[in-house]
Amino acid sequence: MTMRQNLLFWLLLAFTVATCAFLIVPIGLSLLAGVSANWQLGPSGGLTLRWIEEVWSLYSGTVVRSLVLAVACLIADLLLGVPLAYVLARHPSRRARAIEELIMLPVAVPGLATALALIILYGGWHQFRGSSSFILVGHVLFTLPFMVRSVLAVLASIDVKTLEEGAASLGAGPWRRLATVVLPNAKPGILAGSLMVVTLSVGEFNMTWMLHTPLTQTLPVGLADAYASMRLEIASAYTVVFLLMIVPLLILMQLAAPSAVSGTAARGGK
Amino acid sequence: MTPRDPALAIRLEGCAKTFADGTKALAPLDLAIGAGETLAFLGPSGCGKTTLLRLIAGLDSPDPGGRVWFDDKEVTPLPIERRQVGMVFQSYALFPNMTVAENIAYGLKVRGEPRDRRRTRVAELLAMMRIEALAGRAIDQLSGGQRQRVALARAIAPRPRLLLFDEPLTALDAKLREALRLEIDGLLRKLGTTAVYVTHDQAEAMALGDRIVVMNHGRIAQIGTPHEIYHHPADRFVAEFVGLMNHVSGEIRDGWLHCPAGRIPLDRETAAGQGEVMFRPETVCLAGTGETHLKGTLAASFFLGDRTRLLVDGIGEQSIVVDVVGPVDLPLGTPVPLRIQSPAMAAKGST
Ligand SMILES: Nc1ncnc2c1ncn2[C@@H]1O[C@H](COP(=O)(O)OP(=O)(O)O)[C@@H](O)[C@H]1O
Ligand SMILES: [Mg+2]
Repeated sequence: MTMRQNLLFWLLLAFTVATCAFLIVPIGLSLLAGVSANWQLGPSGGLTLRWIEEVWSLYSGTVVRSLVLAVACLIADLLLGVPLAYVLARHPSRRARAIEELIMLPVAVPGLATALALIILYGGWHQFRGSSSFILVGHVLFTLPFMVRSVLAVLASIDVKTLEEGAASLGAGPWRRLATVVLPNAKPGILAGSLMVVTLSVGEFNMTWMLHTPLTQTLPVGLADAYASMRLEIASAYTVVFLLMIVPLLILMQLAAPSAVSGTAARGGK
Repeated sequence: MTPRDPALAIRLEGCAKTFADGTKALAPLDLAIGAGETLAFLGPSGCGKTTLLRLIAGLDSPDPGGRVWFDDKEVTPLPIERRQVGMVFQSYALFPNMTVAENIAYGLKVRGEPRDRRRTRVAELLAMMRIEALAGRAIDQLSGGQRQRVALARAIAPRPRLLLFDEPLTALDAKLREALRLEIDGLLRKLGTTAVYVTHDQAEAMALGDRIVVMNHGRIAQIGTPHEIYHHPADRFVAEFVGLMNHVSGEIRDGWLHCPAGRIPLDRETAAGQGEVMFRPETVCLAGTGETHLKGTLAASFFLGDRTRLLVDGIGEQSIVVDVVGPVDLPLGTPVPLRIQSPAMAAKGST
């Protein structure tokens, strides 16, 4: 019996390790390539920060642009998504369900198709077409549903309608209820949604690749450019820069909302 | 604000409610609630109790034409936050982002009470509900009974002129329900606030209500004191809803109902002819040596501790239910002589 359990334990452990390796090894190798003097020779060729310096001098603009876009995208999603989720939660009707499905559309449709639609709509407006705001519109379209869903899930799970009625019975008007009851209780959903939105925006490639111009490259688009036109080590060094950027961001937001993230995950599982 | 405002009288005029989806939840109705009175809304699930309560609260508005008055002020267009009511919800509706004390202080804060006055009042309520130890707790660390106590304290804290309860005890187990009911009863008596208490439990309505409004299908079936509702139900629905009721049909003549099993005294002069009478199980006893009104045979007997419930066949269409004090030791199938101790009611609208 214990033998059996032991065997099962080791099998499970091996499986877990294998899965982790499957996920991590490619990235690990890429990181290694980014700091190797010559990847042909492997790590024995010596380690260097030369490539990373080169990436920074060539592509620092894309890093800054991606960060600014992600923050702008987050602000837009907060301003649009939170009120939308609130309205949907307060008026659960067939029409509300339809709106919810509708805003999910850009997630279901391939990014390239959405990008094409945007180009058809705004392509003639050259000033806009050539600016980063054009990419921002695409990112907001793509990330908004994640914010709405995340906030909506939390609002639905706390029965926000009854809570507000409770607050109203104690004399609180609509704004006061919003500030003291609705938003504080929606906070886990807002934080989880924000985490999602920022990482999605920073990493978005499909749509951005269609929407960008040579002057409005984002980090992932620059990365593709580096793979296509530079030596492998430079592209890999770029990956190092990307991870250096996104990992602290992820950790930071995870720390800010530990219960939020696990909370929505648990609710999502139901 | 320190001396208590005089209690509020409520009046509803022609209040109906049709929901957006076309559901007619309430037929137009008038209702007056006296100052300081505790009124219980009683009826089966879906009969419109909550809807009527929400009209009074200001959480919903009546169909056009309906009007709600608080004393001589019309409040129909006012939302709940401008009506100075306190409400206790079935689901408690406590704020999960606040502690127990913060929940109780919420209404005081909204009204702009200064901090030290808030603190004194919260302490007073924590003591009144005997939940001092819970002051700093989060809501999700409380049991159902504790939550309901906090909800009560929160509703009472700003000294509302009207207290509304929507099945506040339904989610609790029987023993706790009984204890909290007694507590609410004491509280309402002490505060003297006008109160409306919604429940589908007749015992709860009887115990708490100065008067009871029995509702059925969006209409008021009867309004009366618990005594009137129980002993003089307006119709068969009310009679059946508040406790058990026996029905026997036969021929009415000279103040008696005559049937093959015997005769039953009537409580008032009733026109002669075919008819039906109703009487409660506890108004019947085993005749013993005294006068016998009815004869039947014992079909079943259940010992309930404080009394014994007998089912007697051969008198009405269905078995007659008889509650007698103490144990009964009779074999099934025995003939049982019965006496009706208080005159029976002639049933109106009998079929
Ligand atoms: N918001 C609503 N929309 C449509 N129908 C409703 C709504 N609220 C209640 N109803 C309906 O109105 C009737 C009365 O409901 P309610 O007042 O909640 O009954 P009770 O509290 O006595 O159980 C029910 O048939 C219910 O389904
Ligand atoms: Mg109800």
